[in-house]
Amino acid sequence: MHFVVCIKQVPATTSVQIDSKTGTLKREGVESIINPFDEYAIEEGIRLKERVGGKTTVISMGPPQAEQALREALSRGCDDAILLTDKAFAGADTWATSYTLSRGIKMLSEPADLIICGKQASDGDTAQVGPSLAEMLDIPHVAYVRKIVEVKPGYIKVERMLEDGIDILEMSLPALVTVVKEINTPRLPSLKTMLAAKKKQVHYWNKETINAEEDKIGLKGSPTQVMKIFYPPARSGGERITGADAKEIVNKLIQKLSSHGII
Amino acid sequence: MNKIEVIVNRCIGCGLCVKVCPYQAITLIDSPHTLESGRTVKQLAFIDLNKCTYCGACVEACKKYNAIFLQKEEAKIEIDFKDYKNIWVYAEQRRKEISPVVFELIAKAKDLSEKLSFKVCSVLLGNKIKDLANELIYYGSDVVYVVDDPALEEFLDEPYSEVFAWLIKEEKPQIILMGATNIGRSFASRVAAKIRTGLTADCTALDVDLQTHNLLQTRPAFGGNIMATILTPRHRPQMATVRHKVFKPLARDTSRQGEIIEKKFDFSKIKIRTKFLDFIKDTSTKVNLAEADIIVSGGRGLGGPEGFKLLEELADLLGGAVGASRAAVDAGWIPYSHQVGQTGRTVAPKVYIACGISGQIQHLVGMGSSEIIVAINKDPESPMMKIATYSIEGDLYEIVPELIKAVKEYKSKS
Repeated sequence: MHFVVCIKQVPATTSVQIDSKTGTLKREGVESIINPFDEYAIEEGIRLKERVGGKTTVISMGPPQAEQALREALSRGCDDAILLTDKAFAGADTWATSYTLSRGIKMLSEPADLIICGKQASDGDTAQVGPSLAEMLDIPHVAYVRKIVEVKPGYIKVERMLEDGIDILEMSLPALVTVVKEINTPRLPSLKTMLAAKKKQVHYWNKETINAEEDKIGLKGSPTQVMKIFYPPARSGGERITGADAKEIVNKLIQKLSSHGII
Repeated sequence: MNKIEVIVNRCIGCGLCVKVCPYQAITLIDSPHTLESGRTVKQLAFIDLNKCTYCGACVEACKKYNAIFLQKEEAKIEIDFKDYKNIWVYAEQRRKEISPVVFELIAKAKDLSEKLSFKVCSVLLGNKIKDLANELIYYGSDVVYVVDDPALEEFLDEPYSEVFAWLIKEEKPQIILMGATNIGRSFASRVAAKIRTGLTADCTALDVDLQTHNLLQTRPAFGGNIMATILTPRHRPQMATVRHKVFKPLARDTSRQGEIIEKKFDFSKIKIRTKFLDFIKDTSTKVNLAEADIIVSGGRGLGGPEGFKLLEELADLLGGAVGASRAAVDAGWIPYSHQVGQTGRTVAPKVYIACGISGQIQHLVGMGSSEIIVAINKDPESPMMKIATYSIEGDLYEIVPELIKAVKEYKSKS
C-alpha cells in the first residue's frame, strides 16, 4: 500500500519568545521545525508501512528551505520526499494550499491509498487543509483520528476524537485522515534510516510539474486575503494575592471572583 | 504576479518590518545607501520572496517611511454578488442536542443582518430533528432550513457536505457562520473546498462592510500573539468558523416567529464512502472543555494523578471542566482529551484556574485568551504567575482544599 504524509514547516514555538516590552513575538533567528502535529502523521505513515507493507511518501508545499523538514521525515524512515515549491505558490491560503497539494498528489506515479495529515499547523491553526484536500481529491476523510484500528487494501477503520467521546468509523480507500497527538509516540531517527536518507533525493516540483491552474495557486488563487495583521495588547501581569495563611488568601480570591460575578 | 519591493532611498534600516513580519521573510543586510534626504545609512531591509506571502504587515509597519511597495495581483470577480443574500448559521446538533455555540452565532448573525437588512437563516441537518427547528427561532432565527433524512443520522463529512453545498447553491447565502467545533471545522473545510470559496477558521470578532458586504473576520494566529483580519473579497458565500463563548446568545423567547422550510435531498445520487459503526462516550469529561465557563487545570506541580481528584472536586463545585498541561497528560495522570495547549485544545473560558502549571509557551497559546486567569504555583517567577490576573504563591495542596471549603461555604450562604 502507498501511504502519503503531508507536512508543513513552521517556526518553532519553543524558541518563540514574547517581547515583554512590546508584547509581540520575537521572531528574529527563530528556527524552523516540522509542524508538531505532522510528527504524528509521519510516525503513523511509517508504522502503517511496517504493519501492512508498502511505501511512505512525504510531501510538502513551501519555500526551498522546507527541504529540511522533508529530509527529517526521510531520516525517520519515509521512502520518498516531494517538495512543491514555486514563487507562484507564495501567499496561498488553505484553499490554494489544498489545491496545490491535490495536484502534487495526483502526479504521484503510484496512486495514494491513504493520505495522512496532522490535525492542524501550529502557525495558522486552521485545521482546514486536510479536509479540503480530501474534497479536492474526491476521496472520503475523517478528521481528528486518534487510532487506526484496521487498514487493508481498500479499507480502513478509525477512531475519531470528538468533544464528547469517540466515533468509530470505516471508509473505503483511497481516503484521508488527519491525526491527533494521541495516535502514537514519534520515534527518533535511527542510524540505519539516517544513512539511508542521506542517499535519497528530495524531488522539487513546480507549478508546471504538477500542471496547476494559474488562478488557483498562491495569493491570486486564494479566496481569503489578509486585510491587516495586528498585535493585540500583551496580557499584563495582574495582582499577587497574599495573606497570612491559605484561608486568608482564598477568602481574598473568592471576593475577587464574586466581584466578577463568577461564583 | 504580485510585487513587493523595498524602496532603497527611503529605507533607513530601522528593522520595524523585520519585527512585524509573521513569516520571517525580512532581514536587514549590510548595504550602505543614500536616502532621499542625502543621509547615508548602513543597513537595508531585504525581503525573501520565497517566504513572503504579500500579507502587507511590513507596509503597515513602515507607514512613517513608506519604503515598501506592495502590489497584489487581483483576480477577477466572476459572480454577481447581488444574488447572494442573508446570513446563515449552521445549527450543529449531535444526538438531537444543538451545540450552544449555535445560539451565540444566531445572536451575532442577527446583529450583522440588521446592518445589511438580511435575514438570519439557520440550517438544521440530521435525522428526526425537525422539532428542534422551533428552538432556533426562539433564539432569533428568521428562517430555518431543515433537511431531515436517515442518511444524516450520524455526522459524516461526505453526506453532510454534499447536502450543505447543494443548499448553498440553491439559496445563495452571503455569509455562513459555523461553530469552530471539531465537527464544524472539518465539515466547513470540505464545503468551502467544494464550492470554491474562502473559509476563515476560529474567528473571535466579526463585522461587515456595508458597501461591499465583505465580512471582516478577525482571528488569532500563533495562539493569539498575532491577530489577523481576513476578507473573502471575490467569492460568495463568505464562510467562517467561530469560537465558542465569543458572542452572547439572545434570551430564549417563545413569542419569536419564524419560517420553517423543509428541503428534500436525494441521497441516492451521491457517493457515501464513510460508515458510522459506534460511539463511545467519554465518561472522564462531565463538562465539555471547549464550552466550559470555568476550567480548573493541573500541571506537573500536581506531582501525581491523585491531584486531579482534587481539581475535579473544585471543577464540579464551580460547574466547570478539568484541563491539563501536556506534562500531566504525558505523565499519564489524565487522558489526552483534557490537554490544553498547542497539541491539545484551545480554550477561552471566563476563568482559567492553573494549578501547578508553569506556563510553557505551548500551554499559554492554548489558554491565553481566557478572561480571567488564576495561577497557583510555588514558583512566583513562572510565566503563568506573571500573566495571571490573580496569582497565588503557595502549595496547591494547601490552597485548593481551602478553596473548595470556601466555595462550599460561599454557596451555602447565597
